[in-house]
Amino acid sequence: MDILIQTVTSFIAAAGFGIIFNAPKEALWKCGLVGMLGWMAFFILTLQGIGEVPSTVAAAFMIAVISQVFSRVYKAPVIIYIVSGIIPLVPGGTAYNAMRSFVTNDYNMALSYAAKAFMVSGSIAMGIVLSEVISQIMKQSRLKRIG
Amino acid sequence: MEIEDMEQYLEEQYDMMDVCLLAGKIMLESGAETYRVEDTMMRIAKNYGIKESHSYVTPTGIMFSIETEEPTKTKLIRISDRTTDLKKVMLVNSTSRRIANGELDVPQAYRILKRIYKDDETYSLKTRIAAAAISSGCFLMMFQGSWADFIPAVIIGGLGFASVVYVHDLVLIKFFSEFMAALVIGLLAAGAVMTGLGQELDKIIIGSVMPLVPGLLITNAVRDLIAGHFISGLSKGAEAFLTAFAIGSGIAVVVTLL
Repeated sequence: MDILIQTVTSFIAAAGFGIIFNAPKEALWKCGLVGMLGWMAFFILTLQGIGEVPSTVAAAFMIAVISQVFSRVYKAPVIIYIVSGIIPLVPGGTAYNAMRSFVTNDYNMALSYAAKAFMVSGSIAMGIVLSEVISQIMKQSRLKRIG
Repeated sequence: MEIEDMEQYLEEQYDMMDVCLLAGKIMLESGAETYRVEDTMMRIAKNYGIKESHSYVTPTGIMFSIETEEPTKTKLIRISDRTTDLKKVMLVNSTSRRIANGELDVPQAYRILKRIYKDDETYSLKTRIAAAAISSGCFLMMFQGSWADFIPAVIIGGLGFASVVYVHDLVLIKFFSEFMAALVIGLLAAGAVMTGLGQELDKIIIGSVMPLVPGLLITNAVRDLIAGHFISGLSKGAEAFLTAFAIGSGIAVVVTLL
């Protein structure tokens, strides 16, 4: 039941972000799908007890790969699909807790939350970089085959 | 006659440059990655027979020069206002593809780009506020909130997004409008919890704040840095950080008051 709720809400949230960013109407369900798959990857991995950082890398990687595929198939810039997918992974909750601890003068907790938020942001970047690397390798191997 | 031909030729060069610059301007103002803007401009120039062109794009300006038999021509345009309109990015991208296929000559391409530039945003403000509201509610559920807080998160998230838009119309400082929106969200959430309409303050705030998160900036900053556009990447990263800071301080004010 919980997983069903997560699936539906993440789809709607990602598609909603498509609307906020003025994505073309025909791309909205793809934005939703990318966001949903990425969030489900993150959710299921963390449910298995895998840490937040590796789960974020995996989810961001998945989002970026699916977006690259969509962009090739539908001949549209990859950014349209990738953005709505990435947003749920942004460590809003951790950043909030860090800020809250700072305000209440609990610097130890604040720093550990802040470090975690920083690590998770870094993992999002890492996931995007990994997918970019793969897409470049794919491009190069195709060029070699032709040439 | 000779001179007229020459003038005609020069005119054409400038028209071609205008097409490239307009395409670049639309893309940059609508939130495309820097390397895509440069790439599109240089591709268009190449398809119109310019062997060598150089473009230098930063978030606040575009420099573009083409090399022909005459001395190199260079133009600079300033970008002051940036929004997010992914549809325009896609439309310019497909126009550039059509140019590459040889379907459009210079005046046609210019007319099409001009139309894209003047186009309204795809969704009305009301639709976008509604989307932000519903997304906020969904984010609350994604972060393990309870259904009791769903309606408060929807309303507060919508009002938060609306206030970022309206405050930005009044004061043209982006960080101030984000700060105000976060403040509105924090106060409303605290009010909802005090009156018993909401239960978990933290969850409501986190869910409602999500539409303000600079997701496009973060993604673009990373992608620009990977592509080697360090100035753009760093400045977008700084913008994202400032936005996050503005949101954080807006909420911090409320948390301190409680």
